[in-house]
Formats: sequence, structure tokens, C-alpha cells
Amino acid sequence: MKPSAFVVELLQIAAVVGLAPAFVGWVRMLKCWSQGRTSASLFQPYRDLAKLIGKDVVLAENASWIFRFTPYLLFGTAVLSAGIIPILSVDLPMAPAADIIVIVALFAIARFFTALAGMDIGTAFGGMGASREMMIASLAEPAMLMAIFTVSLTNRSTSLAQIVMVITSGETVVRPSLAFALLAFVMIALAETGRIPVDNPATHLELTMVHEAMILEYSGRHLALIEWAGMMKLFLFVAMGIAAFLPWGIATEGHLLALPAAFGILFAKLGLAGIGIVWIETGLAKMRLFRLTEFLGSAFLLATLGMISFFILD
Amino acid sequence: MTTALAAQTNSFLAALVLLTGFGMLVQKRIYGLIHIFTWQGLFLSVNTAIVGYVANRHHLYISSVLTLALKVVLLPYILHVLIHRLRIRKEVETVVNIPMTMLIGIALVIFSYHLMAPVRELSTLITRSTLAVAMATVMIGLLMMITRRHAVSQIIGFLAMENGLFFAATSATYGMPLVVELGVALDILIAAFIFGIFFFQINTAFDSLNVEQMARLKEGD
Repeated sequence: MKPSAFVVELLQIAAVVGLAPAFVGWVRMLKCWSQGRTSASLFQPYRDLAKLIGKDVVLAENASWIFRFTPYLLFGTAVLSAGIIPILSVDLPMAPAADIIVIVALFAIARFFTALAGMDIGTAFGGMGASREMMIASLAEPAMLMAIFTVSLTNRSTSLAQIVMVITSGETVVRPSLAFALLAFVMIALAETGRIPVDNPATHLELTMVHEAMILEYSGRHLALIEWAGMMKLFLFVAMGIAAFLPWGIATEGHLLALPAAFGILFAKLGLAGIGIVWIETGLAKMRLFRLTEFLGSAFLLATLGMISFFILD
Repeated sequence: MTTALAAQTNSFLAALVLLTGFGMLVQKRIYGLIHIFTWQGLFLSVNTAIVGYVANRHHLYISSVLTLALKVVLLPYILHVLIHRLRIRKEVETVVNIPMTMLIGIALVIFSYHLMAPVRELSTLITRSTLAVAMATVMIGLLMMITRRHAVSQIIGFLAMENGLFFAATSATYGMPLVVELGVALDILIAAFIFGIFFFQINTAFDSLNVEQMARLKEGD
């Protein structure tokens, strides 16, 4: 472990915290273009966040500590995951601390507290959003773990850094199990980050909203933190997908010199991922809530098929 | 193309065949069903050609072209004409709900893997690992015939089953003798025609292709 690894670690966390709004801005921009609208600037999410941070917090009278604690917890878990997932470099001081299953658990904690906070105030929307979120979570999580187990099986490790090392060092072969796991992962990532076939991040329509319903009562810097954590979550899921399936171009040693190349390739991959997200979102319509069992069931099916085809075919 | 790469491609295509099998199991719309069936035929055809190349069996090329002509072009065309003439646009009803069907399908894949494990140990062909997939495709075709109420989707299940059998023949023994394959292909084609005629008869008699309607076959009343 070189001392430069710590610098890389800090840089990576800073990159995730700093770039996540720009990534969301990029996705929104592409979406506007694909629908023939003029888009807001790439930096609009930063302005939104700055505006929210400057505003006062309005708290409900019966808000408990959970309600005030949740935004910080969301932001904290996102930053922690940003330190663990290999995004710029594999040689991270924090990477050995936790493997990919822990990252899923971190997201689960964040979601658990969001649901609690949604119910904490006692408004109808919060409870409704929480119950919907938990329904989605109960379906998405087995599929997520199954996809992750498939990746871990094919690479013989649950540590993300180790997975990246194995994939980048090995010869590139077409593996059916990984292809299935990738498909499943994309579907689950759409569900977990609240993108269109599952939840619409841009809506404030009571009938369809899931994540928005839970955070309806938040304001000021609390809302800013939650929004920011949501942007980071999208960024982290894309980064996790890149790390587990397409890690080529990542800096395998903690050299500072390897960073510019890693940054460049990361930007390219993120740009492409944004195009992919927009392509999926414009092609699909928001699903009925009760059809989500089929959608997430298919994700589970794909992940399981990936695992089975690892045993049968690999 | 090296043998290792061919084996990789082979197993990848096998995985895609399995995926299309599940796709048919899950698909509710009848046009979608036919599209997925067409894709399965295409993967099967490409796979047969690759096996033929690797194993150096030239009659497999003929089987491949036959599969392409029959299962990718002709049968989907016939089915399209059929559902156009019969004016079927409704969603297909299933007996068991779709997530449940998926779970049964997964169980069937695991079952056929266990069933084929001893055979896999004995075989020395490079395609031996796809045997379990072929078996699973047969099983899923059967499952589809059981869980669907609509006659047309049951037929597609039957054709998918035939795909599985063909795939099993390719992966277990590098294909059946050409005479047998030609015979089977002709049989399938004729079966498709006969199905078509039957469907018209059933449709005029019952005003529906839902086989539940045929549960009470009585004269008069």
C-alpha cells in the first residue's frame, strides 16, 4: 500500500461527490435532446442543490430524531460506498474493509431509514411511498444478490477490487453467465435508483411516485442532502456495474500517474452509461406498480439463469 | 476459429436458446411469442452451423439451412398468417401466473441439469455441456403447452419443444442422420399446416381458440 493510494482514495470520494450531480445533469440533458426539448445546463443540479442548502429547514412538530438523522445517514452511506467501490483505482485502502455484499447492505440501510423517515411524520403519502418502496425492495434485493453471487462465482471472490483484478487480468472470453448477470443488474439498477420503468424521478404525481412520496416532507439542507445522495446512488450503481462487468481501463495500481487515463476512461464510460439509461427510459413507459413483480421477477430469473449457466456451461 | 472459441460461442448460443425459451414462457402477447420463437430458431441455426464447422460434419450445414428456412422464415410466416386470419389480438391467458411459471421453469432447468450430469461425464464432444440446456428447452416447451390455454400458444410450445429436441440431437451426437432430419423437418411443416386447418375448424365450431371451451364436448344443446 503506497501513500499515494490514500490520495487516490480521497480523490475518488471527491470525484463521486462532485461528479454525481453532473452525471444526473448529463442524463437529463440527453433526455431533453431525445425528446426534442431544449435542455437546462449540465450544471443545473449544482444550482438546485446550492439553492436548497441556502434555504431554511421546516420541520413538522412531531418529527422524531429519525427524520432529522436520515438525510445525513443517506449521504454518509453513499460516501462510504464511494470509498469502497473501485471507480478510479483498484488499490484502495478502504476496499479490503468491505465486499460487494456489504455495499448492498449499505444501500439497504439507507433505504430502510428512508422508509422509516417517510412514515415518521405520519402523512398519508409518506406511508404509501414507504410501503411501495419496501415492496420493490423485497423483490429487487434477492435478484440483486443473485446477480452479485453470479459475478462472485465466476471471479471467485466477493471483493469488488478482486473481481476487477480478475476480469482485467484474464483473457476476454464471452461468458453467458456474466451476460445474464449484467442484464439482471441493469434491470435491478433501474429499480434501485428509481428510474423510469419502476419509478419516475421527475414526477410529483401522487399515483405513481415512490421515492418522491417518502421525501415529500423534507426541505432545505435535508432535502439537498437526500437529493445529492440519490444522485450519488445513481452514479455508484453505474460505477458498480462498470467495476463488476466492464472494468477495463481502471488504474490497477495506486499510482497518481495512472489517474488521468483512468479519469478519461471513466468519463467515456459514464457518458455511454448515460446514453444507455436515456435509451431505456425513452423506450419504456412507467409500469403499473403491480406489474413490477413481473419485471423484477424477470430480473431474478435472469440472475438465476446466469448462475445456473455458470454451472452448466462454463 | 479455434475450438475453444467455438466452444465458448456454442455455450453462449445455448444460453441464448434457453433465454428465448424463458422469454416464450413469460411473454403474454401472441405476436411477441412468435418473434421470440423466430429468434430461438435463428440461434439454433447459427449454433448448428458452428457445431458443423467444428466437428467437420458437412450435413450439419444442410440442417442449419433447413432450420433457418423452416423455423425462422416459413413457420413464423404461417403463424402470422394464421393469427391474422383468425383475428387473434388478445393477450394470451395462462393457467398459472407468470412469476410462478418462471420459478417452475428454473426448477426444471436445475432438474434437467441433474438429469444430464451423468451423460455429460460420459460424453467427449465439445458440445456436451449444452445437453442440459437442450433438455431444459424441451421441458420448458412442455411447461408452456401445459400452462397456456390458447391453442396457438400451445402449438408454439410444441414447436419450441421440437427445437429443444433438435438441439439435443446436435449437442449429444453432432446431429441425426440427414434422412431423419429431413423427415422431421417435413413432418413439422405438415404438422403446421394441419394445425392451421384445425384451428379454423375449432374457431368456427367454438368461436374461440381457448381450449377450456372444449372441456364440454356434447352433441346438441
